[in-house]
Amino acid sequence: MNSKKIEKRFEAIRTLLAIVIALLIALVVIVIVSDDPANALYNFLIGPMTNARRFANVIELSIPLMFCGLAVSIMFAADQSNMASEGAFYVSCTVTSVIAVLWKLPPLLHMIACLAAGTLTGIIIMCIPAVLKAKWQANELVSSLMLNYICLYMGNYIIRTRVLDTSLGITTSLGFQETVSLPNLIPGTRLHLGLVFVILAVILCYIMMYHTGLGYSIRTIGQNKNFAKYAGMGVGGVVVLTQVIGGALAGFGGATEMIGMYNRFQYQGLPQYGFDGMLIAIMAKYNPALVPVAAIFLAYIRTGADIMNRTSDVPYEIISVIQSAIIMLVVAKMFLNRLKHKQIVKYSKLELEKKEAL
Amino acid sequence: MYSRYMGLSDIDSPMLNRRSDKEIAMAETILSMENITKIYPNGFIANKNVNFELRKGEIHALAGENGAGKSTLMKVLFGEEQCEEGKIFFKGKEVKIDNPLCAIKMGIGMVHQHFMLVPSMTVAENMVLGLEPEKAGFLNKEEAVKRTIEVSEKYGLEIDPHAKVKDLSVGLKQRVEILKALLRGADVLILDEPTAVLTPQETVEIFEELKRLRELGHTVVFISHKLNEIKEICDRITIMRDGRTIDVKMVEEVSEQEISRLMIGRDVQLKTDKTPAKPGQTFLSVKNLSYTDAAGQQILKDINMTVRKGEILGIAGIEGNGQNELSELVTGMRKLRTGQIRIGGEDISRKSVREIRELGVSHISQDRMTYGVVSDAGVADNIIADRYYRKEFKKGILLNKKKICEKTDQLILEYSVKCDNREQPVRMLSGGNMQKVVVAREFSSDPKLVIANQPTRGIDVGAAELVHRKLLELRDREAAILLISADLTEIIHLSDSIIVLHGGAIAAYFEDVKQMDPVELGEYMLGIKKMTREQIGGAVHEQ
Amino acid sequence: MKQIVNIIFSTQFFYSILRISTPIMFASMGALITSRAGVINIGLEGIMLFAALSGVIFSAVTGSAWMGFLGAVATGVLIAILMSYVALILKSHITLTGIAINMFASGSTVFILYLVTGDKGISSSLASKVMPTVALPLIGKIPVVGEILSGHNILTYLSFLAVLFTYILLNKTVIGLRIRAVGENEQAALSVGAKPVKYQFIAMLISGVLAGMGGAYMSMGYVSWFSRDMVAGRGFIALAAQQLGQGTTLGTMCATFVFGMADALANNLQALQMPSEFVQSIPYLTTIIGLVVFSIAKQRKELKRIRENNQKAV
Repeated sequence: MNSKKIEKRFEAIRTLLAIVIALLIALVVIVIVSDDPANALYNFLIGPMTNARRFANVIELSIPLMFCGLAVSIMFAADQSNMASEGAFYVSCTVTSVIAVLWKLPPLLHMIACLAAGTLTGIIIMCIPAVLKAKWQANELVSSLMLNYICLYMGNYIIRTRVLDTSLGITTSLGFQETVSLPNLIPGTRLHLGLVFVILAVILCYIMMYHTGLGYSIRTIGQNKNFAKYAGMGVGGVVVLTQVIGGALAGFGGATEMIGMYNRFQYQGLPQYGFDGMLIAIMAKYNPALVPVAAIFLAYIRTGADIMNRTSDVPYEIISVIQSAIIMLVVAKMFLNRLKHKQIVKYSKLELEKKEAL
Repeated sequence: MYSRYMGLSDIDSPMLNRRSDKEIAMAETILSMENITKIYPNGFIANKNVNFELRKGEIHALAGENGAGKSTLMKVLFGEEQCEEGKIFFKGKEVKIDNPLCAIKMGIGMVHQHFMLVPSMTVAENMVLGLEPEKAGFLNKEEAVKRTIEVSEKYGLEIDPHAKVKDLSVGLKQRVEILKALLRGADVLILDEPTAVLTPQETVEIFEELKRLRELGHTVVFISHKLNEIKEICDRITIMRDGRTIDVKMVEEVSEQEISRLMIGRDVQLKTDKTPAKPGQTFLSVKNLSYTDAAGQQILKDINMTVRKGEILGIAGIEGNGQNELSELVTGMRKLRTGQIRIGGEDISRKSVREIRELGVSHISQDRMTYGVVSDAGVADNIIADRYYRKEFKKGILLNKKKICEKTDQLILEYSVKCDNREQPVRMLSGGNMQKVVVAREFSSDPKLVIANQPTRGIDVGAAELVHRKLLELRDREAAILLISADLTEIIHLSDSIIVLHGGAIAAYFEDVKQMDPVELGEYMLGIKKMTREQIGGAVHEQ
Repeated sequence: MKQIVNIIFSTQFFYSILRISTPIMFASMGALITSRAGVINIGLEGIMLFAALSGVIFSAVTGSAWMGFLGAVATGVLIAILMSYVALILKSHITLTGIAINMFASGSTVFILYLVTGDKGISSSLASKVMPTVALPLIGKIPVVGEILSGHNILTYLSFLAVLFTYILLNKTVIGLRIRAVGENEQAALSVGAKPVKYQFIAMLISGVLAGMGGAYMSMGYVSWFSRDMVAGRGFIALAAQQLGQGTTLGTMCATFVFGMADALANNLQALQMPSEFVQSIPYLTTIIGLVVFSIAKQRKELKRIRENNQKAV
């Protein structure tokens, strides 16, 4: 036991406690608003585990969440509050859809074309705030938030003018070609090859962040930019590169989601995976290895909330209470701080006594 | 604009001149600090049983080298720091000063080097901030202006109450700070190196202001290194060294040389374990280097010097005379605009920090927390910052963790860094151990040129000893070393030759430190003396 | 082209600028006050959204538009308190806290809307009230000017009062003086006894009131219902307006009008043969361009200053 371990343990306890408190708040709300709280709670908490299909839903949902969680983790690790993952993901979905509908290619090539186009789109979108900041120091937070709205309309425009299915009356594209859909992994579920992709992405990101020079410089820049400059790192280049990587992940995630889960474009608005990505990044402390854990947690409560929404009188949006409470408590420095301080003081005193005893 | 300066038409009248010794001796004691001991949380003892006494109506100089404990003592007095031991008596009563507000209420004011002013506000608004005259929540601006004018007239310190602070010159900003303290009823005014930021004309003005305050019965503490200034306006002087009070004197009775000797004058013993340097070829050469900062202040003026392989060139000087800028220019962290710097024969003006480091340059920055370490990262991550991209620490495209761990462990051992393990965040280490991590990184890359800027500041004796030993080892391995330090013992002990920087220019060059008189060095540092161009020219060695 | 010119030079167009700028005006004044206290209030968006919903609910329940308005403002303050507590007392990252507040608002408003109406999209089943419009006496009679200025919702006029209020608060009152001191030089404020957290909290509360009014206008003036995510980035646009305004009340107001004009133009262009998606993007695009222009101008100024200083030194 040493003070570093105490700190680490407290970080973990804090995050867990934040999650527990957030869940408790949600439960209280459910009990208050529901006529049949037992049923609602059961479906919310246990629902996703009651059958394989539902559990598969959790995993399916965690795929885009992981992609976006990774994207945000890497950018936040370099201290870049670029929130454009949302827009990057969305536009990537629409571009992918256009290619999936209109192009005629052999199966494998068609998939690759979709994924490549989606990735490229993601990179381009994510680089807009990055370049605006690098070149003119325009605040990347506000510009990326604004960009998300533009992305929404740009995506809608792409769908409407290129591949709109006019027979349905809502924004939906024509059906994708058969040649694009990613192979299914487990029959009876919608689990697709994207899962393999995202696991690979997690591993690669983890290796990059903790086992390569690039990841090392990203972390160093995020923690102390001045020091990074002093040690001779190319700060500006790395900062833009993190956003290129973030854009690639969000874009690839969008493309995977489209051709893995759907056979036509049918989003009615931004899917919020970008913002969820931020939540995941915060819970995972920007560590790619923890991103799947956080993403599956989020996917689980989202799926639970969805089941509850369908089977009881409590709407799905309860989820936002949990999400925001977790963010606020996890990032609050003073939350549990006194307890941590006490522990460290206690430890230091013990050490001192040991020394004096010798 | 100062021609309307009130009350100073008669600055030569005897009334405004230095008070006589008799007057001072008879004046009552307004404040005394007894046996003050201040230990910082990292164990650094800044004040040891310090005694300090102020008499009503005097201008009292508090002098001493950097790190002698002057600022700490004044922080204790102003309630910014709490002392572990000691008592403070103010106007005859023992007082406890927990915070600055408490000090202000008692009648103690302080003018910091960094002004506590709000730039976008007017002078009057700044004056009354915190004790605003109000009418139903509205700021009564007329009243604020009136009070400002009142206090400014009372003390003859003219100021435009409607001017925005950001439009004022540094001298006028300082005047606002003084007025602010006076408005709050300060009887004792502490000025922390007030002239450091002023032009000569402004310095003349503030001296007149201070004399006037003395005339009105206020007591002034004047923290300074500038002996001529102390001689000019102060009545008494307290000299501190190594956290202790060395002497208290009537200024009239001591010469500048004597003060300088008291501030610096220890019996400097040259350690015999240092072998004579065998300087080789010139490795760093600086030619006609000048530097002007963003605020338009000229920081460095026409610096010419060389550092040869196998020698330690010390740069002595009071802090803030261009040392930091010099080290940051040489290491590429600041953009070179005027002059030329060559390292190993190569012009560095278009090189990045990494390219310069690749030439064999190591750099210990004076600001350890900002530039020396990533405080949240572990020891290993801090060690590899300058070399993680090199082949020896890579396995294909991956980092060679095993190699990194080995190297880190070896360095932890070699530099006896006290830490739990190599993953421990360096913020948990003591200052000395943190500096050992910095030094371990910078010294282990087999450097050809080391820029060591204040390498032992604020660290314990053991760690400092280690840094010194390692610096000498590097020198003996033919590295060129530029040692910047405000600590005279350190610089005299380690350097083979010494340059003195004063006001951004080279004031002196001593080819052989052994033949140098430390007292003389102090005189150059404090600007009492300056060498001729020819003498200084010795700092350049052509290869 | 001629059509566009016709639109721009019509009195309706100027009338609509005022109408459209109103919610942003409230929010940008809120953004201004907090930023002068040294806090970036990213949560304005969420505060407005909450206020918009509660205005609808309160007015439907009480049958009074004014009660609805008060309810909206109170809700705004409540959310601002929550955010300030987490950010200032628990010391969490202000930006992330703001984003969390926005997430919270986006979901919770739909949640509450569903519980109240059984609908997740729109509150049309609630008999909510709308704040009254006011025909200005005298001014209303003047041709052109009257048409532009008169007949607005009372909250539009209130938004002008909010500008006046902000100006007076920041420049004439003791609290304003301290807010500015805290934002500009925390150490200086502290050294004379003005506690930074206290004044930042006060600034957040005031911005809660203002954003609450902006939210009320959204659902009780701009339109007469609440719909999900109806604030649509106006809180963020307000932040950008405040940056463009360089911290001054007048500048922020002008920047707000510029964004309001872009929005009004977008609304009018929809009638033309333009892709609606492009038109809808105009306000956001304007904001980004505004940010960049502002940043470039600032950089230029800085460069010029350095150059001048260097010349002076030489």
